[in-house]
Formats: sequence, structure tokens, C-alpha cells
Amino acid sequence: MSRRATLQPPVTTMREAERWGSAMSGGALLVYGLRRRSLGGALLSVVGGGLVYRATLGRGPSLTRVAGPLVDRCITINRPVEDIYRFWRNFENLPRFMRHLLSVTVFDACRSHWVARAPAGRTVEWDAEIVEEVVNERIAWRAVGDADVQHTGTVTFSPVPGDRGTEVRVMLHYAPPVGRLGAALAKVFGQEPALQVAHDLKTFKQVMEAGETPSVAGQPRGARRSGR
Amino acid sequence: MKAVCWYGTGDVRVETVPDPALINPRDAIVKVTSTAICGSDLHLYGGFIPMMKAGDILGHEFMGDVIEVGPECHTLRVGDRVVVPFAIACGRCFFCTRDLWSLCDNSNPNAEMLEKVYGFSGAGLFGYSHLYGGYAGGQAEYVRVPFADVGPMKVPDSLTDDQALFLSDILPTGYMAAEVCRIQPGDVVAVWGCGPVGQFAIKSAFMLGAERVIAIDRFPERLALAASYGGAEAMNYEDVDVFEELKERTGGRGPDACIDAVGTEAHGTSVDALYDRAKQAMMLETDRPHVLRQAINACRKGGTVSIPGVYGGVLDKVPFGAAFAKGLTLKMGQTHVHRYMRPLLARILQDAIDPTAIISHRMRLEEAPGAYRMWRDKQDGCTKIVLQP
Repeated sequence: MSRRATLQPPVTTMREAERWGSAMSGGALLVYGLRRRSLGGALLSVVGGGLVYRATLGRGPSLTRVAGPLVDRCITINRPVEDIYRFWRNFENLPRFMRHLLSVTVFDACRSHWVARAPAGRTVEWDAEIVEEVVNERIAWRAVGDADVQHTGTVTFSPVPGDRGTEVRVMLHYAPPVGRLGAALAKVFGQEPALQVAHDLKTFKQVMEAGETPSVAGQPRGARRSGR
Repeated sequence: MKAVCWYGTGDVRVETVPDPALINPRDAIVKVTSTAICGSDLHLYGGFIPMMKAGDILGHEFMGDVIEVGPECHTLRVGDRVVVPFAIACGRCFFCTRDLWSLCDNSNPNAEMLEKVYGFSGAGLFGYSHLYGGYAGGQAEYVRVPFADVGPMKVPDSLTDDQALFLSDILPTGYMAAEVCRIQPGDVVAVWGCGPVGQFAIKSAFMLGAERVIAIDRFPERLALAASYGGAEAMNYEDVDVFEELKERTGGRGPDACIDAVGTEAHGTSVDALYDRAKQAMMLETDRPHVLRQAINACRKGGTVSIPGVYGGVLDKVPFGAAFAKGLTLKMGQTHVHRYMRPLLARILQDAIDPTAIISHRMRLEEAPGAYRMWRDKQDGCTKIVLQP
């Protein structure tokens, strides 16, 4: 299982508006600073120059906090890409390996209803719609409705050369409304969303490869007492 | 049922526990007819393996009769007599499909624990700590066998339990240890440790064409067995300087292959061995790699060091520079038992090898606590104990 940036540092690709803003304000500062012909002016022009440079590169420390993916996890499964895609595409299969999911009900080719377990015996529900689908390659979806569970997700499937099965990569983005970082979905995923997804992907692999998940639940053992 | 349970360092007890039941669809339940205590069980008994819990059922060498099969176990029937590999393998992952069964991706329910320690997790093992899945072992009247459509091998009626039992671990382990040495005509192989794995490594080295095998140990009865059963030349490390003696006996070349069938609890008389003992006693070192050091130093240039002995942690003062300078090949790891069970069964049926010769004691399962003590202390010429439930 590989890990990309789980919570990306705020060095991200700038949006076009920010890039233009950066260039223009930087240019203005640069000119104004140079014209003042003083130490303060020199400093201002250095800052301005930096902004222009940053705009030229199109990246740099973000001033508007455009979030990267919350989760980006990957696993390799020893099955052909078609089998894995087919299993995943039937979303009603997902609760078999996503431990926080209680059920998924598929309405039509595009829309489905998801119910997940939340702390304290509660549940969280949302509708999802597929926004992009390339058979045997990728599925992207987004939650619709309730802002508390707003997220988008992408799963990609790619065959590994040399008869090594299929890489499955899951990316989740979610941007709760400002000031609501403790939104419902965050509660579902707990403190470590990337670990949750990693665990779910491992279970997915076990289900796809072995047809079952290894378990010792309920097996016999001696009493846990120690000493005689 | 009765089962041998671990309760701490030097403390195993025969307890009455519930009978096992099917858990997963590919499971089977086996009524154990014979089980053995392995040298690696002594690492558990000695408290050297972490993540054991009081009450854990021990045992990874066992065979018996299938009494129940799960709905997805299509290869076995009730009544089949089987011997079961100690490593649990799904049969379908990258590793299983490449004959690397003990590295199975899908059989360790606690894989995430082992990943923290080793980066990646190998297969789950019977009765070998929660790091390896916490599976109840086979030193019991009954045992649940996961992925039973893949692991257990049917045993022909013509074979006794004693003849078939060691296909579960030590015979394949000794064989793999010799096989990875890629023995060439004329090769001299040195084997450290004349316990059961060492004995089978000696035997296998000759089966694979070795010219001579030199067996190194300190217990006279084990060295005698290596000579009489294996046809090896004995060397008592308490009497000689092992490096010099090996060099002497190989015309100054050094052995072509060196097999460390001792592992983490090596004993020795040299300075480094005493140093390991002290460090381990103070919990400053996880392993005592004295034999590994000796094997690396003694091996001829371009030779192979094969390590069936178990190591667990971060080894201290291993002469890696010597291994590099001499261009050695190091081979190691848990045995891919599934790969060897059928070919070795054929060898037994052809009388090419008689595994029963190493058995020194047969005891009842109830006598396990005394058996462990005797095995650890190497009393009474003990070379291998078979328990009958």
C-alpha cells in the first residue's frame, strides 16, 4: 500500500484568479517600491517581485488554502482490472469491505444512497452521483444535498505490467463549509481518514483475492488468567 | 477439548478449552492425531517472541483427520487424513501464485501490526503469537485450519503419522535450507545446529548432491545422529575454533555453503557469544546472532549462507563487510512449505528419506509441560518429541 500526501501542505497549484491577482499586485508593489528610492521602497519591491515570480511559476505557498486530497491511498490486487472494476461499480458491494458503511442503495446508473456508521450509535446518510466514469479505468462521484457530508471521491483502476494485477487508488476530497471542520463525514472517518481508507483497501484486496477476510474471532483459547 | 496453552516464559499448561468451530467459508476442522514440539516453539517458551497472550494455544506441526469443512473448501472431505503446513496461505495472492507461500498477503489478520515492525507482513502462522495472526495452534485435540482448500495435503494410508508429520514444517524447512544453497558436485556444506531442521538439512544436502557435510553442535547425541543418520562429519564447537577447523577441513577454502539452523538463541563459547548473552539479558539486543556471524566468516568466497534459523529483530555486529567482500549470497525466510510437501512426500514414499529417525520421545498431549521442559533443557537425549492427543 502506498501513501501520497495525506493532508497536503498548503503548497498547491494556484487558481487562475489568484495567479492574476498575485501578478498584478506584485507588479504594482515592485514599481511603487522602486520609485520611492528608499530602504522601505526596496523592501516593498522585493516583496512585489516575489509575488510576480510566484505568479509566473503558477505555484507557491497558497494564500487562499485550496485543499489537496484528504486521502490518497493505493493498493495492488492480484486480479484483472475488469473483475475489480465490476465489483466496485456495483456500489452495493462496498459495505463488504468499507467497515464504516452500513449500506448503499443504487437508484439508477448515476445516483445512489449511502448510509454510514457514525460515533455514538448514530448514522450519517447522503446521496451520491457519479460525475465521471470510464469503464475499467475510473469512477468519480460527489455527494449531493446535505453540506455536512459534502465530498468528492475518485477511484482509479490500472493494470500493472508483468501479470501483477491491478492498482486501485482512492482519492477523497472534502471541503466542509467554513468553520465546520467537524462535519459529519469527518466523524465517520475519525481522526485518521487515510488509515481508515488504507484498512478498507486491504479488506477489499482480501475479499477480491481470497474471497474472505482472515479472522480468529471466536476461536478457542485458554483462560486469559496468568500465574498459578 | 484439551489444548496446550502458553502462560508465560517457561509456563505452558494443558487446559480444557472450547472446541474450535468454522469461522470462514474456506476453513476446515481437523481432529489432531499427532503433533510435535518444534525448536521454534522454544523461542515462545523462552519468551523471545513478543505479542503472546496468556491462554494462546501453541503448536504448528500437526496432522489429523478432517471432521468438518466450510462451504467454500472444495478440495477436502470429512474423513480425509491430512498433514497441515505451519504457514497459512490463501493460494491466490501475488506471493502464493509465485510459490512464495509463507509470504502470503491475505492470511494474517494482524498484518498491520507486523507492517509496523517489518514494513510488510508475511503469512499468518499457527500458534505463533499475535504478530503472526494469533491463530490457535495444533497442540490440541482439534484445530481450525483456514484456507483448508490450499494448505492441507492428503496422506496416503500406507504412511504412518510419524512418517508424514514432519512434512508440516521441519522436513521442508531443512530441505529448503539445502536447496537454496544450489549445491554443485564436490560442494562441502557446513550445518550449524543438529536439531531436527539441521538433521534434515544434512540429509537434504546429500540428496541434492553435496560431497561432504560438516555438522556443528555441542550435544554428543545430536552429533552422533548427524553422523549415523545424516552421514555428516561431526564437529563439537566446544572443542575447536570453528573457523580454523572448517578452513582446515576444506583444504583452506572454506565451506561452499553454510547453513545456520540455530537462529536467534545461539549458544557459544566465544567473546561475541558472551557479549550477546549479556546484551540480551539487559534487553539491549533482540537476537543472539553468534552462529550467523560464524557462518558468514567461515563461508568461502562466492558461497551461500542459508538461514532457516529464526531471527526476529535488529541484529548486532553482523559482519556485513565480510559478506560483501566475499560476494556471499544470503538466503533466508520462513519455509514455503506448500512448495515442498508433495515432492518430499514422494521422497518418503520412495524411501529416499526416513523422517522418523529423529524422533526420540513419544508422549501424551497431557504431558506437554514436562515435554517442553525436557526439550528446552535437552535432557534424556531429546531430539524430537511427538505428542498424541
